[in-house]
Amino acid sequence: MFNKVFIPIDLQHAEKLEKAISVGTQLAKSGNLPVVFAAVTSAAPGAVAHTPDEFRSKLNSFATQQAEQHGVITSGHAVFVHDPSVELESALLNAIRETKSDLVVMATHIPHLSDHVWPSNGGRIASHADVSVFLVR
Amino acid sequence: MSDSTSTPGIPDPEGAANVIDTDYEIGQDNIEASVGPFNLDIHNPVFVISGLSIVAFVFLTLAFQTEVGPIFDALRKWLTSNLDWFFILSGNIFVLVCFALILTPLGNVRIGGKEAEPDYSYFGWFAMLFAAGMGIGLMFFGVLEPVYHMAFSEPIGIASPYDADGNLIPENVAAAKAMGMAATIFHWGLHPWAIYAVVALALALFSFNKGLPLTMRSVFYPIFGERTWGWPGHIVDILAVFATLFGLATSLGFGAQQANAGLEFVFGIPVSNTAQIILILGITAVALVSVMRGLDGGVKVLSEINMAIAALLLVFVILAGPTATLVSDFVSNLAAYGREVIPLSMPFGREDDGFRQGWTAFYWAWWISWSPFVGMFIARVSRGRTVREFVICVLIIPTFVSVIWMTAFGGTAIEQVIANGSDSQVHQYVIASYSPELSLFGMLADLPLASITSFIAIVLVIVFFVTSSDSGSLVIDTITAGGKVDAPVSQRVFWCTFEGLVAIALLLGGGLGALQAMAVSTGFPFTIVLLLACYAIFKGLRDEPR
Repeated sequence: MFNKVFIPIDLQHAEKLEKAISVGTQLAKSGNLPVVFAAVTSAAPGAVAHTPDEFRSKLNSFATQQAEQHGVITSGHAVFVHDPSVELESALLNAIRETKSDLVVMATHIPHLSDHVWPSNGGRIASHADVSVFLVR
Repeated sequence: MSDSTSTPGIPDPEGAANVIDTDYEIGQDNIEASVGPFNLDIHNPVFVISGLSIVAFVFLTLAFQTEVGPIFDALRKWLTSNLDWFFILSGNIFVLVCFALILTPLGNVRIGGKEAEPDYSYFGWFAMLFAAGMGIGLMFFGVLEPVYHMAFSEPIGIASPYDADGNLIPENVAAAKAMGMAATIFHWGLHPWAIYAVVALALALFSFNKGLPLTMRSVFYPIFGERTWGWPGHIVDILAVFATLFGLATSLGFGAQQANAGLEFVFGIPVSNTAQIILILGITAVALVSVMRGLDGGVKVLSEINMAIAALLLVFVILAGPTATLVSDFVSNLAAYGREVIPLSMPFGREDDGFRQGWTAFYWAWWISWSPFVGMFIARVSRGRTVREFVICVLIIPTFVSVIWMTAFGGTAIEQVIANGSDSQVHQYVIASYSPELSLFGMLADLPLASITSFIAIVLVIVFFVTSSDSGSLVIDTITAGGKVDAPVSQRVFWCTFEGLVAIALLLGGGLGALQAMAVSTGFPFTIVLLLACYAIFKGLRDEPR
């Protein structure tokens, strides 16, 4: 039914994404699908890494660790943008297309009032992606 | 069972760079919390102390205006009068450091690693650094300064072309005009841009090559080592937030007054608090949209629009003004600047106290107090350039643009004053009376299509404020998030709004001048920071692969 599972992750808060990762990897395993772990950051030093190379390396290590833990084929896909706070969604939408993924599994928060003016990242991805999106609360 | 993919279009790979080995993790001192629906990711204690002390300073200034105002003003005057030599000498050092970086092999080092690709095109990059750096100043001082220095300042003893009764002395005109232009270009040329270049390069180097957070404190790492992450670093960052926010808010307040004066001059809209508050709210609202759209979608787009409108106005003034004279003036002004830059840079043995202390030292303190903001912003958008390319583009090209701008605006104004005497509007607003906010509109009024060009000038003033406000909010947000550039958007919205509110409070309650004097006074501690940054740059560059 699907060809590739795309799971956006935040390496700084990976522990909060366990549920989405678990759902995504189970779906991948059941369909024998590869998983792409995508992370968006800036080229400036951040909480996760000092340089883009280090960030890629950490993302790939994370993907490898998930591959071993869940028994699926994984890869890391790092995206560098100038202003990650506001370019996150557009960067993820591009990455979905570039990696030819067709199923996005993404963690999102429980909706609250502010979502009407300031929609969640997951909400925006679900609204604008042209592939299936599975939001995990 | 893992492979890796890279994304087309990203700077890949970055190549060799000499990352500093520190145990400090960016964001380790941050507090992550939620206030209602909004997430926070703020540095403890920089965010809280900066925010609270800014509120306290505004409150105290409003409550004790008559006491506080003279204190800040006296502090600024004391600094620029007694330490003028220090500011001027330091400015010279920054220029020399920049030339050394262009001429030595250190210039081969690439910001962001040996194989990093530039993040922005030349036009987008230059538009952003120019709009943040001095766009608004050129609008305000482009007419005022050349005419004022020619008529009154008498830099390094060059006689005024006017006698005590205000009559023109024709034989003094040529020398006074040349010195007026040279002195103006001196204030808007190599020296201010060298100040910005030093701060920006130090920050870019220690962030993109050394892996330290993009905040002012990182520049101190070669000197303080791991103590940079403690109170010495907190104080530097808090001072940077202070200087940036008060610099921006007071400029915004004064800018609204100037724009209002322009609107009255052109359209008869009376000067009032209501009109000025509407202007501040409007500027803040557009800046808010800009920061929410981010660096590429907001700040860069507005900066490019700004540069395009500014270029149109410049071309109009050149064509509608004394074109042939301006073309030849460009060469002669450049020559005058080249000839006078060393005498004007002398920190000792001069008798032009009014000019040296009242203008040059004030400007240097002003540029330096703005340097954390402009420097951090330039650093953020300069990844991928070599040090030589960076310094040439931040130092030499803006200087040329300043020469062209001052020649067109100042040169046209001087021609009007000399040719038409007291009939010229510039004469009325700069020489006969002192209404600096009207000097630009006075010059445009004596050219064709004055209503249209004055309206464009007002729009340009407003948009330049927006580009200062949005880039400044991004900078404050990054500093108060401990160098993280991916802090929640609500934080930059907070700082942008806060800046507008501080401007309105000071506009209504008084105290714009007092707090601007305080912001300028931060130029003194930052001069010491910049001198240390020069040392840090050389030390940091020496270890980098070239």
